[in-house]
Amino acid sequence: MTGAPPKGHNAPGLQVPEPPFRPGDPVDYAFLSIPPAGAQARPDELCAASDTHPLCLDMVRVLDAGNQAVGPWNPMLSPDVLRHMLRNMTLLRAFDDRMFRGQRQGKTSFYMRSTGEEATSVAATMALAPDDMTFPSYRQQGILISRGYPLIDMINQIYSNRADRLKGRQLPIMYSSREYGFFTLSGNLTTQYPQAVGWAMASAIKGDSRIAASWIGEGSSAEGDFHAAMTFATVYNAPVILNIVNNQWAISSYSGFAGAERTTFAARAIGYGMAGLRVDGNDALAVYAATDWAARRARAGAGPTLIEHFTYRAEGHSTSDDPTAYRSAHEREQWPLGDPLARLRDHLIALGEWSAEQHEALKRTLADEVKAATKEAEKNGILGHGLHHPFHTMFEDVFEELPWHLEEQATQAIRERRIKWPDWKEDEA
Amino acid sequence: MTQTDAQPRSLNMIEAINEALDLMLARDPDVVIFGEDVGYFGGVFRATAGLQRKYGKNRVFDTPINECGIIGAAVGMGAYGLRPVPEIQFADYIYPGLDQLVSEAARLRYRSAGDFIAPITVRSPFGGGIFGGQTHSQSPEAMFTHVAGLKTVIPSTPHDAKGLLIAAIEDNDPVIFFEPKRIYNGPFTGYYDRPAEPWARHPDSAVPEGYYSIPLGKARIVREGEALTVLTYGTMVHVASAVIADKGIDAEIIDLRTLVPLDIEAIEQSVRKTGRCMIVHEATRTSGFGAELSALVQERCFYHLEAPIERVTGFDTPYPHSLEWAYFPGPVRIGEAIDRLLEGN
Repeated sequence: MTGAPPKGHNAPGLQVPEPPFRPGDPVDYAFLSIPPAGAQARPDELCAASDTHPLCLDMVRVLDAGNQAVGPWNPMLSPDVLRHMLRNMTLLRAFDDRMFRGQRQGKTSFYMRSTGEEATSVAATMALAPDDMTFPSYRQQGILISRGYPLIDMINQIYSNRADRLKGRQLPIMYSSREYGFFTLSGNLTTQYPQAVGWAMASAIKGDSRIAASWIGEGSSAEGDFHAAMTFATVYNAPVILNIVNNQWAISSYSGFAGAERTTFAARAIGYGMAGLRVDGNDALAVYAATDWAARRARAGAGPTLIEHFTYRAEGHSTSDDPTAYRSAHEREQWPLGDPLARLRDHLIALGEWSAEQHEALKRTLADEVKAATKEAEKNGILGHGLHHPFHTMFEDVFEELPWHLEEQATQAIRERRIKWPDWKEDEA
Repeated sequence: MTQTDAQPRSLNMIEAINEALDLMLARDPDVVIFGEDVGYFGGVFRATAGLQRKYGKNRVFDTPINECGIIGAAVGMGAYGLRPVPEIQFADYIYPGLDQLVSEAARLRYRSAGDFIAPITVRSPFGGGIFGGQTHSQSPEAMFTHVAGLKTVIPSTPHDAKGLLIAAIEDNDPVIFFEPKRIYNGPFTGYYDRPAEPWARHPDSAVPEGYYSIPLGKARIVREGEALTVLTYGTMVHVASAVIADKGIDAEIIDLRTLVPLDIEAIEQSVRKTGRCMIVHEATRTSGFGAELSALVQERCFYHLEAPIERVTGFDTPYPHSLEWAYFPGPVRIGEAIDRLLEGN
C-alpha cells in the first residue's frame, strides 16, 4: 500500500476518496509501508530512467531507527555540513513560528509555515549549487534561508512595508529574488513547473552547467501544468529536478484527491520515461542524497528527475486554515516518519557531534536572531500602518514604461488620496 | 520609424514575417523560436520556413502539442534571459496557455518589482474568412487587451507586419502578436465573391530589406478624410477601405496596429475633426474591443460627436463554417453603418 487504504469503495454511486482519519478518530498508520533505511539500491546517476522505476514505489531512506546513517544513499556529509543543515532547519522553524505569531498579532495578513517539511526545502537546496535556479511553491522559504537571504528582507516582504523589495504588491511569503536564484512566487499552482523546465531548456540551449529545480505539492500535481512540464522535460531531456512535496494534505483535501489511492506520486515518472525517486521527506539525508543524485544526472546531460518527498504537513495550510475541522489531531503525533528536525539532531548527537544542550542554545540564538530581524523590519512599518511604498509605485512595472491610460489612472488615485487626506504629500508613503 | 536605405520589394505577409524572424535571429543570439510544426517543416503557414536550417535546432524547434507548456517554457526561458518568440498555431488554440499568459507572463514584472520580466512575443494567426470553422477562425484579442501587463499587436500589411514584429520582439514586455491569416496572401476586401487580390498589387507590400521597426502604440492613418472616422485593425482595415472607396465617402481610416498600448491621440484628433465614428472588428460584439473604443470615444470626444458611435462586428455566435460570410462583418454591414452615421448630414 502506497497511500491510505481506500474507504467505502464497495458502496454504489461515485467513489469519492475519503481520508483514513477525520477529527476525533484514533490514528494508526500501520497501513503505510515504510521500508527499512538503507535497504534501497542506489543506481548510477547516468542509468536508464527505467532503472529508477522500482524506487518510485519504494522509499529512499538513510536515517535508521537508531539515528545512524546507513546504506548506499548515505551522502556521507561532514559533521560541519550536517550542523549547518540542522542550523538552517532550526532557523526556518524559528522564523515560521515568529511570523505565524506576528500574523496573529495583526502585523500582517497572512502566513504559511513549513513545519514538518523543513528537510524538503533545506536539504534539497543544500544539495544544489548556489547558482542553480529554483522555482518554488509557497512553502519553500527554506530555500532562501539556506541560501543566506537576509531575514529582514523576508520580513519586510511579509509586512508589505516601505522596505519591501516587492513594493508591497505581493501576498506575504510570495518572495522573489533573482540574485538568490529564487523565482517570483505566483500563487497559481504548478505554473512554476513548466517555467522551470523552460529555464532548464534555456540553460541547455546556452551550454550552461546550471540546472533548475521546482517544487509543487502533491495536491497540485493534478494540474495540467504538471503534464506540460513532465512532457517538455522528457521530450527535451531538460536539466531539471521536479519535486513533489507529498505532505498528505492540500488544504482540507487529502492526497487521495490527487490520485494517492491508486499509486505513488513518484510513479508518475514511469509513464513519461523520466527517472523517479520516492524519498522519506522527513529524512534530511535522504532528501539531500536524492537531490544530489538528480543534480548530478541533470548536470551530466542525462535528463530530468521527478522526486516525491513523502512527508506530513504538521500545521494548517496557512494562517487562514483550521485543520482541526477536517483531520484528526492525532495524525501529527502518530506520523511514522517522525520530525525531520528531531531526526537530524538525534543523528548528530548519535555521531557525538552535537548535544541536547548545544541544540537548546542554538534554538535560543536563532530565535534571538529572528527577533532582532523582526524588530529591525518593524521600523519600516507593518501592514496597514502607512509605511508603504510611494503611492505612484502602484502603477509602475505593469509595463516597462508607463502608458497614458495608467498615467491617467495614477493621477486619479492621487487625487482621491488628496481628497481623503488633504495634508498628504505624494512623495510620502 | 528607423529605416535602412535598402530598396523595398513586394512581399506578402508571410514573407515579411519570416524576414522579421530571420533578421531577429541573426541580430540577437537570445532570440529563440518554437511551436507546433515550426521547426523542420517551417510552420503550417510557412512563417518559419528555412529558419531551423539556417539557425539550427537550438534556436528554432518543434514542440509537443501543449500550449500551456509552450507558454510556460517561454516564461522560464525569459527568466533565464532569452527572448522567446513562441508560435501558437491558431489563436483558437491559445486557451490552454491562458493561465501562463494572464497570471504569469503578464504579471512577472509587477509581482517581482522588476526582478523578473517576460520579454516574450507570442505569434498566432487569428481571424476567419478562410472556411476554418469555429476552431480556426476566432478573434480573441479582447481577452488579452483586458489583461494588465500584456500588449496586443495586430498588423494589417506586410510592411507593418515586419516592422511591428521586430518591435514586439525587442520589447521587454509580453506581446500578443495576432496575424490576420485571411490577409497572409493578399489584402482581402470583404467581397468574397470577387477575385482574390495578391499583395504584389498593393503599395503596402513594399517591404524594405534589412532592419526597421514600427513603435508599438502608434496608429497608422490609412486614408485622411473629413466625413467620418473609421477605427479598425487587421483584415478589417482592407474591408472597410474597400467599402469606403466603393461608396465614395471621404472617411478617415485609422489602422490602430496596437490595441494596448493604444494611440489615443490619433483617435481623439480624428474624431474631433470628423464628429462621426465607426468601429469595425471581426471579433464577436459583446465585450469586444469595439466596446472599449466606443467608451473611450464617448468619454473623450462626446461634445464633438454628431451621431451615435457605430460598432460593426461579428455576431455573438461561434464562427460558423457554412455560413461564414453571414457571420463576417462584410460590405453590407459596414455600408449600413456608414449610412446611419451620415444620415441627415
